[in-house]
Amino acid sequence: MAGQVITVTSGKGGVGKTTVTANIGVALAALGKRVVCLDADIGLRNLDVVMGLENRIVYDIVDLVEGRCKMRQALIKDKRLSELYLLPAAQTRDKSAVKPADLVRVCDQLRLDHDFVLIDSAAGIEEGFRTAMTPADLVLIVTNPEVSAVRDADRVIGLVEAAEKDPAKLIVNRLKPEMVNRGDMLDTADVLEILAVDLIGIVPEDESVLISTNRGRPVAMDDKSLAGQAFRNIAHRLLGEDVPFQTFRGQVSIVERFLRLMRSDGRQT
Amino acid sequence: MSGLFNFLRGHREPTSRDVAKQRLQLVLVHDRANISPGLLETLKDEIIAVISKHLEIDRPGVQITFTQNRSESRLVADIPLLDGRRRKASS
Repeated sequence: MAGQVITVTSGKGGVGKTTVTANIGVALAALGKRVVCLDADIGLRNLDVVMGLENRIVYDIVDLVEGRCKMRQALIKDKRLSELYLLPAAQTRDKSAVKPADLVRVCDQLRLDHDFVLIDSAAGIEEGFRTAMTPADLVLIVTNPEVSAVRDADRVIGLVEAAEKDPAKLIVNRLKPEMVNRGDMLDTADVLEILAVDLIGIVPEDESVLISTNRGRPVAMDDKSLAGQAFRNIAHRLLGEDVPFQTFRGQVSIVERFLRLMRSDGRQT
Repeated sequence: MSGLFNFLRGHREPTSRDVAKQRLQLVLVHDRANISPGLLETLKDEIIAVISKHLEIDRPGVQITFTQNRSESRLVADIPLLDGRRRKASS
């Protein structure tokens, strides 16, 4: 069966697309799937450092598209997992170096011997985003629980619809349960109500993400990390398993619960 | 704890989370429909002008609003007509 192409995008930059792509890739590969993580952010290559494979790059996707190397030369194998590969972006070229048709051709080739191709999209809604979305069977939208990121996610959801793709699925990244509990951060339920989209993952803010990225070892490899568990859950859901969403409720006093109840009553119109 | 004081004083200040949600809902209505508040006012004026040619309407009572659900955005015009008796009296 041909592999599935999944594009990870967000509209707004800095919400964690690359981290999400690397970690879902790791989690799927740890479940025995054959996975390629493809960096489509030409000119701003980063998936390589997040995965910890930056020292092994010889060829990149532009070399492949322009015929300077074969697929097997461009793919970098992650030695920590049996079937995880990186197809790196070019760092010195611009987004127009890979056309939508080029990316479709590359993905069609990768589908033949891999279960998943995960594309790390460029931020924005311009050419780089459109190219990354073209081959996608499924689009995952990463957002943070903050107004600018949610607004941009809404825009991207509309563009995915307009492209007549299947409805995009949402990952809420960097949720801080204590702030939600204090009433100082949008909760996942708020974001879902606003965006009217299906959820596929909630990833809590977790220092272990930065620490593991510092070391070039994606957090999904860390059994103890909460965020790592969230990424592993997303991988299971992509495989069609029904995994309940984790609840990250911190400690809430009875007084706080009561106050919140009163406040929500006050809002009813 | 400020929430507790507000509660004791009878205040129900919206949390920043509530404010964020409300602001997003409002801004997305305009983003999705690609209609600015200014355009809405223009629409209102022109709708009033067209309908006034044929019917007498209660101009200050005209409301042009958006409603939204999961799948669609909808422009709703609520245009109260002046009733027959008032119309006769005014003409």
